[in-house]
Amino acid sequence: MAHKEIELILMRQLAGYLATAVFIVDAAGTLVFYNEPAEIMLGRRFEETGEMPAAEWSTIFKPTDERGAAIAPQALPLSVALTERRMAQGDVWIRGFDDVLRHTEAVAFPIIGHGGRFLGAAAISREVREK
Amino acid sequence: MKVTLWGTRGSLASPGAETARYGGNTSCVEVQANGAVLVLDAGTGIRRLGATLAEKFTRVDLLLTHLHMDHIQGLGFFAPLYDPEVSVHIWGPASATLDLRARLMRYLSPPLFPVHLRDLPCNLVLHEVPRGEFEIGPFRIRSGPVCHPGPTVGYRIETEHAVLCYLPDHEPALGSSVFPGHGDWTSGYAAAKDADLLIHDAQYTSAEYAEHIGWGHSSMQQAFAFAKLAGVKHFVPFHHDPAHSDDDLDRLISSAAAVAAPSFQVTPGTEGTSFNLTNSGTPSSAQAAKGVRGRLRA
Repeated sequence: MAHKEIELILMRQLAGYLATAVFIVDAAGTLVFYNEPAEIMLGRRFEETGEMPAAEWSTIFKPTDERGAAIAPQALPLSVALTERRMAQGDVWIRGFDDVLRHTEAVAFPIIGHGGRFLGAAAISREVREK
Repeated sequence: MKVTLWGTRGSLASPGAETARYGGNTSCVEVQANGAVLVLDAGTGIRRLGATLAEKFTRVDLLLTHLHMDHIQGLGFFAPLYDPEVSVHIWGPASATLDLRARLMRYLSPPLFPVHLRDLPCNLVLHEVPRGEFEIGPFRIRSGPVCHPGPTVGYRIETEHAVLCYLPDHEPALGSSVFPGHGDWTSGYAAAKDADLLIHDAQYTSAEYAEHIGWGHSSMQQAFAFAKLAGVKHFVPFHHDPAHSDDDLDRLISSAAAVAAPSFQVTPGTEGTSFNLTNSGTPSSAQAAKGVRGRLRA
């Protein structure tokens, strides 16, 4: 049994200490972890959902823009960081497992280890409280 | 596979009457199989090892886990480096900015050392450790980064008959709310899984670890827990804190073993001890060169 790349392990450990939501995907695009603030945002604990392939996590929360138009999976900040290996940010409205629509903003970045090894991507996100 | 411990101390060589039984030399382990030899780390223990290798081997492969001083301090005193008949291959982890030669030269050059790396008479070959698997003679070696400050790798070394895992500086519990957790999320797990012999960092007491979180080392109890998680057959607590006397280590290992109640064999990391790993699945035998250390077994 292999284990996750050390950079992902350390990223998860850091995420466990943060009060902002963190999502981590591996190089294949599988959502391998999200932390407790992210659990609140998604309306379900990570232990309940487990890992999710990209096709699932990029659509299951029905991401939309401010006008309610669907955001293509490949346009999500985390997807951009993963596929284009660059930083990306944006506002996304998502509907969690608890059926609550939330306005979130996210910054995503590729995780690149020594030697240029591409290991995945992570997004830091927070809910935007409408005034 | 025969494994011999030439240095088991961490951080700083600590010779003295109070450390004479476990030994005061820093990390160095010899691995022999089928007429080939690997040397794991170049702590101060490598000086005595070097003297035993003369005229026995024309090739020596030295695998460095990382370049902290306690793991390279003996390098300049390793006799094969001064033998023009010997090829010495040094393997070490890459860094993001400097190659292995440049990093080693920080030590092997004046003012820290009088001899330049380029002036060593042996046939010196430097390798940045490849990720994944590679072979040296009869050894299949897997390396991968582990949780320790700076570029650091652990090694899993396999022969036809045995598996050795070497993780001398390792803090798999860093940041974990519960340790051990799932192996999938534990640094070093893949390297150690089902190993016949695990040599693992066990530097601190639990109280000391609480004061040194993030320094890259494990407590004795964490090391036992890691060994249990990985399902190893034989565990060697290693990289002893320089401030721990022989009596301290006796107490520390005994109390950790009492708590952990391991189902695997435990032999305290003692300078001069050899292990013969003959068949996978068979407990290894340990021979204490000094004749003073027994072994613990649950």
